[in-house]
Amino acid sequence: MSTLVTRPRARRHPAERRSWLLTVVVLLIVAYFLLPLWWLAVASTKSNSDLFGSFGLWFGSHFNLTRNLADVFTFADGVFLKWLRNTVVYAVSAAVGSALLSTTAGYALAKLRFGGRNLFFAIIMGAIMVPMTALAIPTYLLFAKMGLTNTPWAVILPSLVSPFGVYLMRVYAADAVDQSLLESARVDGAGEGRLFFTIALRLLAPGFVTVLLFQLVATWNNYFLPLIMLNSPEWYPLTVGLAQWQATAQGGTGAQALFSMVIAGSFVSILPLIIAFLFLQRYWQSGLAAGSVKQ
Amino acid sequence: MTRRQSPARRREARAGYLFLLPFAVVFTAMLVVPLVYSAYLSLYRRQLVGGTAFVGLANYARALKDQEFLAGVGRVGLVLLVQVPVMLVLALVLALVLDSGRLHLKRFVRLAVFVPYAVPAVIAALMWGYLYGRDFGPFAQLAKALGVAPFDFLGNGTMLGSIMNIVTWSFVGYNMIIMYSALRTVPAELYEAARIDGAGEFQIAWSIKVPALRPAIILTVIFSVIGSFQLFNEPSILRSIAPNVITRGYTPNLYAYNQAFAAQDMNYSAAIAFLLGFVIMIVSYVFQLTTRRKAAAA
Repeated sequence: MSTLVTRPRARRHPAERRSWLLTVVVLLIVAYFLLPLWWLAVASTKSNSDLFGSFGLWFGSHFNLTRNLADVFTFADGVFLKWLRNTVVYAVSAAVGSALLSTTAGYALAKLRFGGRNLFFAIIMGAIMVPMTALAIPTYLLFAKMGLTNTPWAVILPSLVSPFGVYLMRVYAADAVDQSLLESARVDGAGEGRLFFTIALRLLAPGFVTVLLFQLVATWNNYFLPLIMLNSPEWYPLTVGLAQWQATAQGGTGAQALFSMVIAGSFVSILPLIIAFLFLQRYWQSGLAAGSVKQ
Repeated sequence: MTRRQSPARRREARAGYLFLLPFAVVFTAMLVVPLVYSAYLSLYRRQLVGGTAFVGLANYARALKDQEFLAGVGRVGLVLLVQVPVMLVLALVLALVLDSGRLHLKRFVRLAVFVPYAVPAVIAALMWGYLYGRDFGPFAQLAKALGVAPFDFLGNGTMLGSIMNIVTWSFVGYNMIIMYSALRTVPAELYEAARIDGAGEFQIAWSIKVPALRPAIILTVIFSVIGSFQLFNEPSILRSIAPNVITRGYTPNLYAYNQAFAAQDMNYSAAIAFLLGFVIMIVSYVFQLTTRRKAAAA
């Protein structure tokens, strides 16, 4: 259990005095991480002319946010809203699916004794290093033969596999589920299925949420896979759609009004995940602590 | 154990296979099959006359002599040698500072550094592309106000550095959280004992905390090796801004993508992707070996 328990922080050593000097230095580093986002937030309130005519890190003469948002959501019959919906559908189904698969597999590899389980684990670990192009391009060819390209399945199915998720869940399960608890339940005659659903699943919940978050972010942010798999804009996720708007905007020829739309669209697309981060922060830590301490 | 398996043990083993089965099925379908298919593809070549022919390792031999591919590998190798150490050292320092308890506004700092991880690489590249740009980038605006020539972030000599900055911005927080989470699990008694012996905070950080972080650091290095060799999103987005600087083979993954979809040469693309995977495995393996040897020597 030791890896999951964070040590008590209430009692501080006298040497652990807080320092404003250190804080100021760190805040300068923090500025590096926040300034681009501040720029994005400010720029999304600007009209195209203010974008070019006013200083980037402060607001322009017109507060144009509502107008930009209206452009974003109404352009091309509201295609942006479809991208947002697609992104949510892809990310949530891939995250839930891969977290479930990782949980059952991780539990089996950590807690159940069966022949070949070390071999299975070694193969899964090796798979972490496979580059995505080595997979995405042949998967595209196979999906094309089955008529699956340009459908949501083409993005969701490959995202269900997370070798890193299995690794995290195995490490997490090894600590979180007490072996003697399982043994005594077995002596009492409980079946393996009941053990998992009534005892293990509840104990594995924080690890489950961690894997879910990882896969949610990974699928939400994925660009390469949907770029290859999809060709109708109605199935695009936000990343592919925005990249296409950007390419059009950069192409010039009277498309300059697109810049403020790309920027406002980018701003809208990062808000959901940032809000999710604010609320789910602690899960990153608990699940990762288990994963990074033991190897 | 030599005695025959009890019924309970057999039930446990059967449950083990059943629980592993759903993942194993998807793993086989989405990972093993495409990989095998890719290996198969890489051994063939489509010819103008006579369709597809078996060519053995000819595609690999071609890649190893292909200057465009090798230059791309060189670029991502440089990212690995320059950007990864900068990013990981910054992440480590921030994690140690957060853990030292000497910081005001700790929660805010932790979240602010982590937030860029929530920004998709595509949007990070778009945003930094505008920031770097001459049209309405704040750096160019500042230079103009000061009456100096704006710095060219997107030129031939500077592009790779600009890409490294985007990757660093995106992933310092992610690596910091991994290291910080690991630090929180080091028993506090270790520090207490060192303090009683008169060790300073820096000494404690260097001689207790950093060694305790070894597994977490190794994990972040391996992920960074994989990530930098696979660099695709950032150069692919910046290509629309600077098409003359970012060539189709700027990174190996961009090259594999363009070979597959622009040049329609799936066979060569598969060989490139395989070689890249091979390089990643060797670099990760060598790294793990050297760290293990150092640990044994220490």
